[in-house]
Amino acid sequence: MSDFTSNFWSGYVAIITVVSILACLLLLWFSGRAKAMTATDNTTGHVWDGDLREMNNPLPRWWVWLFVITILFAGVYLAMYPGLGNRPGKLGWTSAGQHQAEMEKGSKDVAPLYAKFAAMTPPDMAKDPQAMAIGERLFMNNCAQCHGSDARGSKGFPNLTDGDWLHGGAPEKIEETITQGRIGNMPPMAAAVGTPDDVKNVAHYVLSLSGSPHDSLRASLGKAKFVACAACHGMDGKGNQALGAPNLTDDVWLHGWGENAIVAMISNGKVNQMPAQADKLTKEQIHVLASYVWGLSNGSKPAAQ
Amino acid sequence: MTGKALTNSELPGQKVIPIVPQAEGPSGAASPDADDAVMVSLYESQKKIYPRSVSGLFTRWRWGFVFLTQLVFYGLPWLEWGQRQAVLFDLGARRFYIFGLVLYPQDFIYLTGLLVISALSLFLFTAVAGRLWCGYACPQTVYTEIFLWIEHKVEGDRSARMRLDSAPMSLEKLVKKWFKHLLWGMVAAWTGFTFVGYFTPIHELGMEFFHGNMSSWEVFWVIFYGFATYGNAGFMREQVCKYMCPYARFQSAMFDKDTLIVTYDGARGEPRGARSRKADPAALKLGACIDCSLCVQVCPTGIDIRKGLQYECIGCGACADICDTVMDKVGYARGLVKYSTQHAVEKRWTRSETLRHVFRPRVLVYTTILLAVSVALMASLALRTPLKVDVVRDRGVMARIVSGGRIENVYRLQLMNATESVQHYRITVEGLPGLAVASENLMTVEATESRWVAVRVQLPYDAAPAGTHAIHFEIAAQDSPAQVREKSVFIVPR
Repeated sequence: MSDFTSNFWSGYVAIITVVSILACLLLLWFSGRAKAMTATDNTTGHVWDGDLREMNNPLPRWWVWLFVITILFAGVYLAMYPGLGNRPGKLGWTSAGQHQAEMEKGSKDVAPLYAKFAAMTPPDMAKDPQAMAIGERLFMNNCAQCHGSDARGSKGFPNLTDGDWLHGGAPEKIEETITQGRIGNMPPMAAAVGTPDDVKNVAHYVLSLSGSPHDSLRASLGKAKFVACAACHGMDGKGNQALGAPNLTDDVWLHGWGENAIVAMISNGKVNQMPAQADKLTKEQIHVLASYVWGLSNGSKPAAQ
Repeated sequence: MTGKALTNSELPGQKVIPIVPQAEGPSGAASPDADDAVMVSLYESQKKIYPRSVSGLFTRWRWGFVFLTQLVFYGLPWLEWGQRQAVLFDLGARRFYIFGLVLYPQDFIYLTGLLVISALSLFLFTAVAGRLWCGYACPQTVYTEIFLWIEHKVEGDRSARMRLDSAPMSLEKLVKKWFKHLLWGMVAAWTGFTFVGYFTPIHELGMEFFHGNMSSWEVFWVIFYGFATYGNAGFMREQVCKYMCPYARFQSAMFDKDTLIVTYDGARGEPRGARSRKADPAALKLGACIDCSLCVQVCPTGIDIRKGLQYECIGCGACADICDTVMDKVGYARGLVKYSTQHAVEKRWTRSETLRHVFRPRVLVYTTILLAVSVALMASLALRTPLKVDVVRDRGVMARIVSGGRIENVYRLQLMNATESVQHYRITVEGLPGLAVASENLMTVEATESRWVAVRVQLPYDAAPAGTHAIHFEIAAQDSPAQVREKSVFIVPR
């Protein structure tokens, strides 16, 4: 233990503990030998309100043995478990150790199950209600915080049910995303595009790509300036999953829809991150989880339905 | 100073704690003098009590209750209800089955209600009839009775048992003692097994036992409960009532002088004394009590009822039974020791006068409260909706804008089906114009299962100002009238 710089307080606690227990034992021993005086009619001689006499009702002797048992228990406990200052006890028990042991037992119990799933392909697993029930629980505990419990995300957090993928929707790609995480980087492009008016024109061109309401004059003017964007999003605006560049033609707006949102994105850029889960989840868990996520946009229904 | 008389003489070198106050008090007469003072230990050794076996009306009643309570206790776990055990408290799954009823941990209030009713019944019962519970139905009495019966069959009655205990060890003593403990142990083990059978299906438990694969907790509880039965009914006996039972201590608050207790009719009995059967007691100036001391011998707590009401008395009526037998034998009227009240004995009331005094304010108040609580519990149990719903807003998403500019909030609903059949529930939402459930709204929940479902709720653009709005979910079972309304909030972002 590193709670204190010296062992003084540990010794202090240990001594008080031992002395207190011994004092209890001593008290019991003395009280067992001591005698008290009562009248022959078994009253103590205490009288209240003129006629209320106190009877002598001693504790039964076996009760004392219960005290002795608690003292023996304390002795055994303190020998086996931590309690005397920083002494670890014979069993070497720690709460962290118990947690570790229970976790290991838990993973050992589910190991055959995960071994079965590891051999299955994601499309097979998406049809397996047990795998999907486990996937759903994993999702609820690890993913729902950002992507929502219905996996439909919100502004800044991708919807996982719509078949639109920034980094690819194949099961292996999803597994890769969960394991390593992703960083999406849209650099500020205002300077490359030109004047603020040019930026606005590009925004209208981007809106036109998905057939969203736009100013067609501005859109046609913006088309030429879109060259600056094409490096990542492609000339046709369909994006590039290898770079994580979104498809601009599908009317899915992760960071907000409309002229203002697009202008802000072009001017300021944005860095968005999906954290890596490799340290939190095992490879087998990620395999099940990826199948669950794949299933969300590929026809499997959430488990228990 | 009364203390000094003892410090010097018989106990040299030993500390004496004077618990006698100084004689010069306001009521000095009550203080014992040095002459009639005795030195006692601070602790009392348990004197083994050998209750003599007894027969009679009250003993038959007690055995009736022994059979009734134990038939219920040992029999109930074997009762089947449809596909399952009729009474089963499944702690692992947190489902509590009581015949047709399935209770969830959320129904714990009913257990509270049951305990309140039990306590009030005990109050009422005690005010009217004293410690009849202790004397007839309390498990401590019932198991002691069973264990005493075994002891009586193996070792003989009171005097034989006393002789056996004081005799030196012999083969006969060894065999008798071992046989008694073997029988006690079997009853105790069966009791422990039955107890665990309320928490693990008892048929499975039996199979596990024969295959030797009971879980360690099951083994622990069988042994623990069995050992408690063995120790309490075999050894602790009246000590439990005298020193451990809280009810024995606080019941004096419910007693009054019209409460039914076991009484000794001192006016008729005293002066007590032995006499020849032919002698005329009036001539000898003797009362009806022949001082045979049988009432003391049969007492399971070892008291003398002739000293009046004592806290050790569990109201079992054994002394009344034996005294009636003796009175019959000597040709006196019965009822020298009987169930009566303090007032009835003092004022020599007739039976109907005594009965009239049952209806006193204390009893009426207890009865009223007990009836009110019972009716309330029954009504709430009968009107209970076998569906429970928790609505929790999604942890991740506050609100999102979806196609068409609609505002979407996500909720997680926990649907708990408290029936034993599959149920379908329709989820609807209300509280704002145009508010509707956008996701699957018909949910299936298996029997006695609970299930979390994600529900998306959408609001048309501009239907409500930015901010938080109170809404309600309505969850209606499709195959039964069960319906639950739960409130939540809908958030419209700025």
